[in-house]
Amino acid sequence: MEKVKKRYERPIITKHYSGLMNKYGSRNISSPKSEIDGVLVKELVEKYDSPLFVMSEKKIRENQRNAYRIFKNRYPNVQFAWSYKTNYLDAVCSIFHQENSWAEVVSEFEYNKARKLGVKGSNIIFNGPYKSKPALLKAIKEEARIHIDHFDELYDLIELSETNGQKAKVAIRVNMDVGVYPKWDRFGFNYENGEAWQAIRRILSSKNLHLIGLHTHIGTYIMSAEAYRVAASKLAALAKSIRQEYNILLEYIDMGGGFASHNTLIGQYLPAEEVIPSLEQFADAIASGLFELPYKGEELPMLILETGRILVDDAGSLITTVIANKRLSDGRRAVIVDAGVNLLFTSFWYKHKITPAQENGFHTEDTTIYGPLCMNIDVIREGILLPPLKRGEQLVIDYTGAYNNSQWMQFISMRPNVVMIMEDGSVELIRKAETLEYVSEREIIPAKLKK
Amino acid sequence: MRKYIVPDTIAISDSGFLFMPSTGETFNLNKIGKEIFQMLQKGGTEEEVFKYILDEYDIDKSSFEKDFSDFVAQLQKYTLIKEE
Repeated sequence: MEKVKKRYERPIITKHYSGLMNKYGSRNISSPKSEIDGVLVKELVEKYDSPLFVMSEKKIRENQRNAYRIFKNRYPNVQFAWSYKTNYLDAVCSIFHQENSWAEVVSEFEYNKARKLGVKGSNIIFNGPYKSKPALLKAIKEEARIHIDHFDELYDLIELSETNGQKAKVAIRVNMDVGVYPKWDRFGFNYENGEAWQAIRRILSSKNLHLIGLHTHIGTYIMSAEAYRVAASKLAALAKSIRQEYNILLEYIDMGGGFASHNTLIGQYLPAEEVIPSLEQFADAIASGLFELPYKGEELPMLILETGRILVDDAGSLITTVIANKRLSDGRRAVIVDAGVNLLFTSFWYKHKITPAQENGFHTEDTTIYGPLCMNIDVIREGILLPPLKRGEQLVIDYTGAYNNSQWMQFISMRPNVVMIMEDGSVELIRKAETLEYVSEREIIPAKLKK
Repeated sequence: MRKYIVPDTIAISDSGFLFMPSTGETFNLNKIGKEIFQMLQKGGTEEEVFKYILDEYDIDKSSFEKDFSDFVAQLQKYTLIKEE
């Protein structure tokens, strides 16, 4: 009988350093992540290749339902609008729309995408600093909710509504000091210097604009719940003045998003789970600010939330395969994997959770993870404790659902397949890997350059 | 037949904890690392190490060759072994 051989693991030695802070935090790999939503990583890679983005239908629905429940428990009238730029893969947006989310878009491209997915105009919130006149006209005609960013846009809307004979449904975006840094004052009208109130008066003096709401979005990855209470309270003060001076009740207050997800930022010492307020705390803060509104119960405006990251970040993973092992000049271990920063844009600011997909030994080494691009910036992670990995083995990078599939780029290599694991455990391809034909399709070679 | 000199004062525990009394430095070895280090410490040659590992473990020669030379380079860097 042939001898059964033992499982091999590369021999390693690690030196102990005492008296230094451990910049890697605790060892976070307790067990391998060999499956995602019950589907084996190995099988996914065999069928759909590596690297591979994997989205979870189950997780997205859970997140959306959970967030709705949390806000609905604290405020009577809640509406979510899916933030397209966070992840605008059609399949992902469609789940949010099935879960009754409207669309929150920030460009004509995103607006058209939402319309193509069957979202009606009145369920689209049109944000952003650049909306072309044709885009605004289309939005007016389709009764979308246009959130005005600056006075030039406000005057465009007055002109378009007048010439077109149709009232535009508008809100203004308000920026304000809520005690967090950096203060976002580039979008919308400022609260403290009176610009927001000036914009409101200009809107209300126009026969062709219909002011239906107020909007703010205080920042991104906000780690303080109190900031949201301050923001809600300032919008409530504006709503109060609108009621007192014009006797107008607003349809809604849009509190935007920006709640921090559980991804740890580069430079953040403690893991995100320990320092990020829970969604309940954000909701408490917003509700307590909004209850300063001088409205009776049934008059309370709808609360709109445009949160993106916190609903989708943990519903996405990126599977990547080890191409090579290396030793750097200072003795550190490095691995090269087949997914680069062109796919994983968020690796520039996050320390993602990265877990081997197969059983490995207990010993770990300080490892740098490089992507496959021939570019010095292609670093997925400067330092992480990982067990020895063999060529061809997989790593699962978690919390990649937000921003990567909208900010990724075709650079040096093609963008890979994206699959979705459905609630019933089946796997669906939701975006096909790019091909040379796909990439070259838009290019034109001048005749004199052709052979 | 390459051989290595390993200071015999270096102590290794069963769990792979390595102590170098001359400098007070401590290290950790994984299981295979410990086995190889102990073989070298007892005067084992590179060929003997290869034979043992390829016999016992599910690994091909060229893969192990890469890992072994990397491991030895690490040991040399930490001055735990010297080439004879």
